[in-house]
Amino acid sequence: MSTPAEFLATLVGGPGDAAVAERLHQRLAAAASGEGLLDLAYRELSTPIGPLLLVASPVGLVRVAFARQGHDDELTRLASLVSPRMLHAPRLLDGTARQLDEYFEGRRQRFELALDLRLARGFRRQVVELLAGVGYGTTVTYTSLAAASGHPRAVRAVGTACATNPLPVVLPCHRVLRSDGSLGGYAGGQEAKAALLDLEAGRGAPPAPQGAGMVRAERPRSPRQAGNGRP
Amino acid sequence: MSLPPFEQVVATYGSAVLRVCRARAGAHEAEDAWSETFLAALRAYPRLRPDSDLRAWLLTIAHRKSIDSARASGRAHPGGTAAPEACQADNGPPGPEPELWEAVRRLPPRQRDAVAYHYLADLPYAQVAALVGTTEAAARRAAADGIASLRSGLGREVLA
Repeated sequence: MSTPAEFLATLVGGPGDAAVAERLHQRLAAAASGEGLLDLAYRELSTPIGPLLLVASPVGLVRVAFARQGHDDELTRLASLVSPRMLHAPRLLDGTARQLDEYFEGRRQRFELALDLRLARGFRRQVVELLAGVGYGTTVTYTSLAAASGHPRAVRAVGTACATNPLPVVLPCHRVLRSDGSLGGYAGGQEAKAALLDLEAGRGAPPAPQGAGMVRAERPRSPRQAGNGRP
Repeated sequence: MSLPPFEQVVATYGSAVLRVCRARAGAHEAEDAWSETFLAALRAYPRLRPDSDLRAWLLTIAHRKSIDSARASGRAHPGGTAAPEACQADNGPPGPEPELWEAVRRLPPRQRDAVAYHYLADLPYAQVAALVGTTEAAARRAAADGIASLRSGLGREVLA
């Protein structure tokens, strides 16, 4: 005679169960969002610089993370830092994903997104807010950004603020270089930083049909030379 | 230690809770019960102690929801019988399901719940007992009786 578990096996994991689970999950995300119970919604987006994790609160986009930062670890961190009321809810981030797709296709130079900057505090927040003013295809240095923040000697703190930018790509810390023209660090890796700068300079990416009036700064050094550090 | 993202709770326990709901109601009602359970769980989640037993917690919510909805349908149908499966048409027909589901739903409630919580949702007998308000031995006996009844019931149908 079969064990009770074997006897009941047809009730566990039937063929249509994955579709039912998916439907129920979508329904839960929609209801939770509608009732104001969803504090964080997330999805992944594949991009030329690897999969990005996008996380939004009801206020706006709250976190963009690179694959090398570990998406699961990041979600766990946000659950304790912001709220554990968090669901995979790609539809709630469709608009954000579309704008990022357009950016990576070279068809968008400005993001029109509501942002939630709660993960950046104090001076770091001041710095990442300044990043919004660094235009597409242009670059600044950590030194000039420190000067713009009103703390010209806080170059190292500006570097830390950029390194901990909660919204990379959207708030363009990739447009901040070292004074010697080398790339400097990047949470997504130097290759990703170089790829973004190449994209914005119209190198190795589809040409941008919009915003033809914008002045593009040439990046002073190629990514292969970057990081060697000029004496 | 802190609470994991709620997504992990849904991913880990969603199917067990759905099986418990299906043991009590047809496909559409079961999906409604599942949704109500997880929405209520999400509402309460930030106040949950991080070391809580999530499976037992969710099944407790599902159990209370089922009692509430049984009361509500008892009021709606003064005869006290459960509502007929009224919402079959609202979302297209449910897929074919094993007759065994129907047989589980026809069990006496104590046997049905013991079978569902222990065998379909992996809850230990001690916690099944706490949930339905009985002793561990009684829960174990109810599940065994339920399984025996299901086996003989199916046997009869095959012979008939």
